[in-house]
Amino acid sequence: MSWLLEPLQYAFMTRAFAASVIVGVLCAVMGTYVVLRGMAFLGDAMAHAILPGVAIAYLLQGNLLIGALVAALVIAVTIGLLSRQGTIKEDTAIGILFAAALSLGVALISSMKSYAVDLGHILFGDVLGVSPADLWLTTGLGLAVLVTVVLLYKPFLVISFDPVLAATMRLPADLLRMLMLILLALTVVVSLQTVGVGLAAAMLVTPAATAYLLTRRLLPMMLIAALLGALSSVVGLYVSYYANVVSGAAIVLTATAFFLLAWLFNARKGVLRRRSQTE
Amino acid sequence: MSDLPERLEVHNADIGYGDKIVLHDLTFSVPHGTRVAVVGPNGAGKSTLFKALVGLLPLRSGRIFVHGLPLGNHKDCVAYVPQREEVDWRFPVTVRDVVMMGRYDHQGWFGPASRQDKQVVDRSLAQMAIAHLAQQAIRDLSGGEQQRVFLARALAQDPHILLMDEPFTGVDVPTQESTLGLLDDLRAEDVTAMIATHDLGIAVEKFDLMLLLNHRLIAFGPPAEVMKQDNVLEAFGSRLTVLADGSMIVDEH
Repeated sequence: MSWLLEPLQYAFMTRAFAASVIVGVLCAVMGTYVVLRGMAFLGDAMAHAILPGVAIAYLLQGNLLIGALVAALVIAVTIGLLSRQGTIKEDTAIGILFAAALSLGVALISSMKSYAVDLGHILFGDVLGVSPADLWLTTGLGLAVLVTVVLLYKPFLVISFDPVLAATMRLPADLLRMLMLILLALTVVVSLQTVGVGLAAAMLVTPAATAYLLTRRLLPMMLIAALLGALSSVVGLYVSYYANVVSGAAIVLTATAFFLLAWLFNARKGVLRRRSQTE
Repeated sequence: MSDLPERLEVHNADIGYGDKIVLHDLTFSVPHGTRVAVVGPNGAGKSTLFKALVGLLPLRSGRIFVHGLPLGNHKDCVAYVPQREEVDWRFPVTVRDVVMMGRYDHQGWFGPASRQDKQVVDRSLAQMAIAHLAQQAIRDLSGGEQQRVFLARALAQDPHILLMDEPFTGVDVPTQESTLGLLDDLRAEDVTAMIATHDLGIAVEKFDLMLLLNHRLIAFGPPAEVMKQDNVLEAFGSRLTVLADGSMIVDEH
């Protein structure tokens, strides 16, 4: 079993494991709402749209995570306001913002000298480069998001499942939706470090979609998704360590493998169910 | 009871989406415990009226009072049973989960369900004869069962006013009957019910009052008064056929 312990003797590897497990759990939990509310495109867009924030933080030599955080919050609030007006459709608003922000980010980064390396890190993550300070920030943000999701379990369930019931019960639905966007933005920012903007959407959608195939209740779906997210992160990191592939990609591919397994299991169960009905 | 203000009052309400007003200058009031059928052609504004009554659509002008107070002062006294097409049936919730949502307002948004909440849910499930389905996911149910889930939730909400959008459309006869049975139970508890329906037969036969709409109020009163030929002609226009014996047929398609 020494091969399991070997990577852990390096401090940067233990930090990598800690950070990616947090991200795996967090993305999976928020991903449950992303999958159920059909916000996959929004999650992807938000991940890309934080690029200019990262670039500006880099130019100012500030903390990249904080740059991403500011950009993500601006994007979340802008999307929330634009789609509330109802003058253009929400996905159109997202499409415009996302493309513009991504272009701005690429333009800013390409104007820097050594952009090739850093752009790669931002797009696909740099989990081995997680500093102790990054890990603290990741843990803090992660806990804040999870506590909020636990506290607001019932209101989030009602606005997602039945907006009319939310209205009859006088829930502040617009405010809750905006809060959900902000939580999503925080999640995307946290996942920047491990899987990068290019793959954040996969970590949001894939474990939650896998869990959706395996259960028919919201809370178990969240818990299974969190477990799968954490497991994908750990397995992916080992694969990355021994097969020497980019860690973000290894994590996402592991999550995808779980999804395929669940899908096959589900399809077979469906066949069995049909067979038992015809008999 | 008679000294209480009317349960539901609508005064000169204009209701619509954005700049487009769907319902003009609506005025009516519904007494305690009455059962009102909301009828009118497709697109007449029936669902729009309900959306305004639950507070989902702001009024362009006019006012709505519940128990003599402006809409929104009472948090949990209006329950709404949606049309089946409005619900996301693939959402991962069980029958019991959905009915329990009807208690969220009573139990508080942050705490767990109390024993009383659980009892109310059990009773509502039993009353709609779906107790045996409690742990089933809603997507595995038949159409009639799905509708009963939402009726049970409305019961669990313990409302003073119940709104239902087309509960008689596209469901089997047992579900229609249990819906009507539920309405009888609710009347015994003095609950006011407003039900949008295409079925003029049921409306005339089973309801105290009819509200005939076509972008404005055409008639409101007992079915026999409302269903006068000129009223119905005004609402349904060329879609109405009057037979030789005086009975009327509305072609909705």
